[in-house]
Amino acid sequence: MLQLGHDQLLGAYRRMSTIRAFEERLHEEIKTGEIGGFTHLYCGQEAVAVGICDQLTVEDKIVSTHRGHGHCIAKGCDVRGMMLEIYGRAEGLCKGRAGSMHIADLDVGMLGANGIVGGGAPQAVGAALAAKMDGKGRVGIAFSGDGACNQGTTFEAMNMAVVTKAPAIFVFENNHYSEHTGVEYAVGTSLDIASRAEAFGMKVWRANGCDFFDTYEQFRDLLEYVRAGHGPAAIELDTERFYGHFEGDPQRYRGPGELDRIRDERDCLKAFRKTVTEAGLLAEAEMDAIDAEVHALIDAVVAEARAAADPDPATVADDVYAEYY
Amino acid sequence: MAVMNIREAILRTLHAEMERDPDILVLGEDVVGGNGTAGGPEAIGGIWGTTSGLWEKFGPNRVIDTPISESAIIGAAAGAALAGKRPVAELMFADFVGVSLDQLWNQMAKFRYMFGGKTKCPAVVRMVYGAGMQTAAQHSQSVYALLTAMPGLKVVLPTTPADAKGLLTEALRGDDPVMFFEHKALYGVKGEVPDGDYRVPFGQARMVREGGDVTVVACGRMVNFSEKAADKLAADGIGVDLIDLRTTSPMDEDAILDSVEQTGRLVVVDESPPRCSLAADISALVATRAFTSLKAPPEMVTGPHAPIPFSRGLERAWLPSPVTIESAVRRTLAFR
Ligand SMILES: Cc1ncc(C[n+]2csc(CCOP(=O)(O)OP(=O)(O)O)c2C)c(N)n1
Ligand SMILES: [Mg+2]
Repeated sequence: MLQLGHDQLLGAYRRMSTIRAFEERLHEEIKTGEIGGFTHLYCGQEAVAVGICDQLTVEDKIVSTHRGHGHCIAKGCDVRGMMLEIYGRAEGLCKGRAGSMHIADLDVGMLGANGIVGGGAPQAVGAALAAKMDGKGRVGIAFSGDGACNQGTTFEAMNMAVVTKAPAIFVFENNHYSEHTGVEYAVGTSLDIASRAEAFGMKVWRANGCDFFDTYEQFRDLLEYVRAGHGPAAIELDTERFYGHFEGDPQRYRGPGELDRIRDERDCLKAFRKTVTEAGLLAEAEMDAIDAEVHALIDAVVAEARAAADPDPATVADDVYAEYY
Repeated sequence: MAVMNIREAILRTLHAEMERDPDILVLGEDVVGGNGTAGGPEAIGGIWGTTSGLWEKFGPNRVIDTPISESAIIGAAAGAALAGKRPVAELMFADFVGVSLDQLWNQMAKFRYMFGGKTKCPAVVRMVYGAGMQTAAQHSQSVYALLTAMPGLKVVLPTTPADAKGLLTEALRGDDPVMFFEHKALYGVKGEVPDGDYRVPFGQARMVREGGDVTVVACGRMVNFSEKAADKLAADGIGVDLIDLRTTSPMDEDAILDSVEQTGRLVVVDESPPRCSLAADISALVATRAFTSLKAPPEMVTGPHAPIPFSRGLERAWLPSPVTIESAVRRTLAFR
């Protein structure tokens, strides 16, 4: 059994609960029509973002995907700033320019969600090479979906990380779907993206992404290996997405009862509660109290986001360059 | 004549042309949808609804769901075209041209010329473009100017259901690579579509209205915006010659020049940043070829030199609008 202290466990629970509440609330708020653009919810995958990011420092860099809210929260992005961003407000984390799909917070080592599938993996290699130059054992991490593993950029990034011995980590969140296509079709094998990484010459791990503890432990070993300077590594996580690809997806590709089943059997928050209570590590009441705090926080930031000011249209062409133009 | 929207016009044309020509194949992400899932193939029928039912009718050799691999999608289309087929590749968003650029630009566009005219490359790349739905910097761009600048590619932007049918049919019967732009905000636009075989030749602009005072040149959704502006101006007795380019490569230069020779005033509306844009290209055309006809400097109505922002208000500030078009027309008329 994993040796995490009481506070660490409670912190992990708080972050997973925050992601869940944030996303479930967005699922409701989107119906009001106040939030524009594409929103991809991370519900179901919380244990992956938290199981991984809880072991990182702010100096470790992550690059995220279009389904980025969970990675942001887990890496320490300000939840208020995120909500305001998703509402396109002036005080959003990216001044309303990003929306859901491009949230970034460089101060916490979150180099950006990405609207281009496969766009991030090479950047993680760059962050890893930068970390190698600094020689402090930091890492660069690319979160990718099962769909993103089919982009040339992902392959190129993996190979380049291997040949440059970059401390890069490729995290493949296999939620079995890329949009409306099943992983068994698009990847050609249902649960074996890790073997691809292995074929490039890196060490790989596999974990149950719906189990915080399995994710945490497998990633701990991986991280130790990469931090020690052995070069890149990859981990594939078997996980689930509880909602549609984007909000508004009719999900006709799901099997009968599939959504009920995954919520029943593969809910990482339920599993976490079960594990920690059975082991006597946390009490239900402690976690209930956290849930209440989290919901209050989300209520507050949604209320604030709804009332907040939009960016001044005159700023539309600001921030294109860092220097004079 | 039947009334339908642009989405239906595209879908029906694909059905009809695939029926007519067994060499046509369709490939792209989720153009079938549901492959490898419990719901089974066709569980979605294309996220834009422009490829529904093709897989059921024409089968998996001709209607191919691809992994998320835009470079390989466009490259495979180029290769299939060299091998004698007529691929229709779909980019779910035109912005993904960025991922596939080499295959478009250094490969598909150049084969015929590089090979001394010995080959043809009849590939159609359908791509969904345009801002206005808060899809932010990587899902909103109108990259037609970029592709118009590439010798070897033809660039097509239908704005009516009839043109969608006529131009797509022309693309599928022609022998050159065609970049077929579908504006995400125009799919629902309805109109009459001619029955049977209907082709619209490339390089022939559509004169949307003739007003005689100012020439407004536009393409894609900017045609619709310009129509709204022209309605407002007409109420004040200002007549607009509105030209829908239909294709930017080849481009109907005569239609533009003929009109400017009459009006002496030019406004170009372009859903792009201004530098090296279509607006700049057309302004240069008129300045160099119709200089003596001009009574006022050409007006370019474009976005700013900036990516497209997410926030509703910022995105609105980025986009040309009927209001900014109307002001540009009034400015050019006020010039003495
Ligand atoms: C280059 C590119 N191609 C296609 C898309 C459209 N798209 C957005 S998400 C997605 C599916 C991604 O699947 P996966 O990597 O498994 O991530 P998941 O959505 O499951 O988190 C697709 C096809 C895109 N955004 N970028
Ligand atoms: Mg996936």
